[in-house]
Amino acid sequence: MKTDHTSEVTLRINGTEEKVLVDHRVTLLDLLRDRLGLTGTKKGCDHGQCGACTVLLNGRRANSCLKLAVAAEGATVVTIEGVADLTEGDGLHPLQEAFVANDAMQCGYCTPGQICSALGALAEADAGWPSHVTPDVTAGVKSASELGAEEIRERMSGNLCRCGAYHGIVAAITQVASGSNR
Amino acid sequence: MKPFAYQRADSIDDAISAIANHPGTAYLAGGTNLVDLMKLGVSRPRALVDISHLPLDHLTHRDGHTVIGALATNATVAADPVIRTDFPVLSESILAGASGQLRNSASTAGNLLQKTRCTYFQDVSKPCNKRAPGSGCPARTGAHRDLGILGVSTSCIATQPSDMAVALSVLDATVSLRSAAGERTVKLQDFYVAPGTTPHRETVLEHGELLTQVAFPALPAGATSRYRKVRDRWSYAFAVISVAAVVVLDAHGRIEQVRIAWGGVAPRPWRAYLAEAELRGRRPSPELFERTLRAELRHATPLPQNEFKVDLVKDVTTALLTDLAHPAEDRKVTR
Repeated sequence: MKTDHTSEVTLRINGTEEKVLVDHRVTLLDLLRDRLGLTGTKKGCDHGQCGACTVLLNGRRANSCLKLAVAAEGATVVTIEGVADLTEGDGLHPLQEAFVANDAMQCGYCTPGQICSALGALAEADAGWPSHVTPDVTAGVKSASELGAEEIRERMSGNLCRCGAYHGIVAAITQVASGSNR
Repeated sequence: MKPFAYQRADSIDDAISAIANHPGTAYLAGGTNLVDLMKLGVSRPRALVDISHLPLDHLTHRDGHTVIGALATNATVAADPVIRTDFPVLSESILAGASGQLRNSASTAGNLLQKTRCTYFQDVSKPCNKRAPGSGCPARTGAHRDLGILGVSTSCIATQPSDMAVALSVLDATVSLRSAAGERTVKLQDFYVAPGTTPHRETVLEHGELLTQVAFPALPAGATSRYRKVRDRWSYAFAVISVAAVVVLDAHGRIEQVRIAWGGVAPRPWRAYLAEAELRGRRPSPELFERTLRAELRHATPLPQNEFKVDLVKDVTTALLTDLAHPAEDRKVTR
């Protein structure tokens, strides 16, 4: 049994390999914000209840506040700073554009987590995954393009917005889900 | 959080030997519950052994048995096409719990081993017989609205919070437990132990023993299965009460087999065995269900704030069984 309280970890974050010595208590969230300066990912509750810390971890959405950095060794992480690079061109990601166009925020604190979570949710729907409100779990859903507001609200329930910008958030995600510009 | 050592296990044997002879150590998989409890100071391991890269994420359907590896994520299990088709109760139970993010990280074994959300257990400034044996239980005279009404003890009235465990209970699941001495298979119903005077001991798992997989047999032909959950808000909340049920009707529309399990009411998924035995061979009706469930609930020991759970679980179960027992031609199950 090892007794060290620190370890070196290597992660690929937004396309860049990062090698860092971490105290085992450091979460992926704190590594991103405090060690790597990627402060786009936000700390809300720090207990996996608010979704502000959501990132894409090996392609799936996850709460970075509950992931120990040391346990993320070898992982590929996309944070809000890397979302625009998921699409071609120099501009924002279509989902970021849709959040602006639909006024999907007030203070903006939850927005990075909302956007990373929505990207994960759309990919899950494209894979046919049902949700709690899908009428028939056996049939699932065909793709994200058929998600209505009720489905989007359920699939996004792990992301809280205390300003209550939910109306705009659902509109922004619906717009991107129904389009082909993802 | 207390400093701790960490190592990544290269093999199952490696993981077991790293934990077995070292008190105060723990396995780490998805970490969605353990890391939270470490932040709260409830769990204070000296060392973590990371098992998340072990080859235990299998999910197979073969020879009439489904086998789910300990590390298959909750999301993967809920989305599996065969689970969704043949065991909808299991998909529904998982999808009714946590959030999309948490289901992507949380493992099957971690879900079954997650700790109660009793607020006294989670608050290290309060006494709690489960967290600090012998320190007392403030819940009986304090806030117990969300706590248990069946199978509880004077030492502890906490509930097991897993939705998945309730569904696995009606699927007659077993769990495989591996140690240096070998592997044993335990029925999920026997895996959780009654709190008695030792509520800190929640399962039959010995220190170092590793839950490697969950297995259950195919349901009988014509079986229907569903999960229904009551929450304080529409999504992303633990169960106030929940019900998993499997119903099989015979050619004459009588109940050939029925399995009922309740969540949010007990320290384990509560199989309503008395009601099940009473219902077998009978012609289904809401009146019969209600009467039978009331008899099962005679053993409930509610407290003032959670007395409502007795009628709530009876009524929701009656409604669910009535839906499942509809004649096939007009079967339309609502959730």
